[in-house]
Amino acid sequence: MSKDQEFYWRRLHSLLGIIPVGLFLTQHLFINFTATNGAESFNSVSEFMGNLPFLWALEWIIIYIPLMFHAFYGVYIAFTAQPNTKRFSTFRNWLFVLQRFTGVFLVVFIAWHIFQTRIQKALGTEVDYNMMAEVLSNPWMVAFYIAGVISATFHLANGVWAFLVSWGITQSPKSQKIATYITVLIFLVLSVVGVSAILAFVV
Amino acid sequence: MGQAVETKYIDVEIERQNSTDSQPYWEKFQVPYRHGMNVISILMEIQRNPVTVDGKETSPVSWDMSCLEEVCGACSMVINGRPRQSCSALVDQLTQPIKLQPMSTFPVVRDLQIDRSRMFDSLKKVKAWVPIDGSYDLGEGPRMPERKREWAYELSKCMTCGVCLEACPNVNTHSDFMGPAPLSQVRLFNAHPTGAMNKDERLEAIMGEGGLANCGNSQNCVVACPKGIPLTTSIASLNRATTVQMFKKFFGSDRMVD
Repeated sequence: MSKDQEFYWRRLHSLLGIIPVGLFLTQHLFINFTATNGAESFNSVSEFMGNLPFLWALEWIIIYIPLMFHAFYGVYIAFTAQPNTKRFSTFRNWLFVLQRFTGVFLVVFIAWHIFQTRIQKALGTEVDYNMMAEVLSNPWMVAFYIAGVISATFHLANGVWAFLVSWGITQSPKSQKIATYITVLIFLVLSVVGVSAILAFVV
Repeated sequence: MGQAVETKYIDVEIERQNSTDSQPYWEKFQVPYRHGMNVISILMEIQRNPVTVDGKETSPVSWDMSCLEEVCGACSMVINGRPRQSCSALVDQLTQPIKLQPMSTFPVVRDLQIDRSRMFDSLKKVKAWVPIDGSYDLGEGPRMPERKREWAYELSKCMTCGVCLEACPNVNTHSDFMGPAPLSQVRLFNAHPTGAMNKDERLEAIMGEGGLANCGNSQNCVVACPKGIPLTTSIASLNRATTVQMFKKFFGSDRMVD
């Protein structure tokens, strides 16, 4: 990846984080939420998703390729930063560090999550309510999944804020501040949806 | 000032370095207090009497300075953990021991003296000037609206001091990010009615290596800037300008320079 093209790579990275990765995450969390209505409800939605036509193409184009680009280029971005929250302990500087920290953690979490679900499905295991309930019967896994979901919702919400700045939509400090309030709200709503879904498998 | 008055001393710790590649080391000094001292006057005192707190004779501490009124940017250093100008850092407002370090984002020449060349190279790279030289008199340029001049004036206060680069987590040895200061100059010169005739060239320059896209929005620069320049607003404004430039370039446009 040539360095003089980095403007375009960074813009692509910013765009893919929202479309499709962010949209997919939102949809994924809402589908998981159906588990709060019981196993039946979750299984029927998961079966519907699993039977979409050209599923493999949808998965590669909407999920794997954009996600992998976003993840690997993001790790590169994360490791070119030198955090300095000791000197500048402002809200935005902390979010800057958290964005990079959650990003790197999510690479690990999502790799594990894909191994535990999608790869097991490819190996012949049925992906349904019972499978997740079994995974989440381990309290350590519950903690790991909650950390993963909250990292993801934070990374997306803060990423939306950064997207608005990076594409030049929010220029004034006032618009950036209002975008902060809105993205905090997005973070809270998605976190509640995501975590209640996890807890629905535990009980 | 009578000798009989009990002399107060200021505790100073300085991170020193003999040359660009040598190992930094700390030395402690005690400097007699005078009313109204700034960090520069501490360093002058040490220059007069280069003896550490343990009584060891040492070399005088090296630093840069010029205007002594916070408009030239030469005397920037890290004072008690914050990058700022040493001329406007008043002893009475600092907690002791006063810790002085070079802004090590830049190559250290010696002690607190640093080499800010990279900033001047960036200004050349982004063409931070208005080209008016020609073979004939071009006449007067277009007028600038007064309200535009007002905000553009704020951007012109930049003294290339380097504090925003030192504050930025993305300006470091792993990255070639040019930092906020030269970016904001692109906004300044693109706002100028004559300067705008070359705005596409400046935008192309910051869309290249080490340019605008390296900003990670930590927004430390705007907090650190001693001149209160709205650096993050400049960056967001350039983000919008480069978005438009990117689409114009790809889809084609007759309005590249106006």
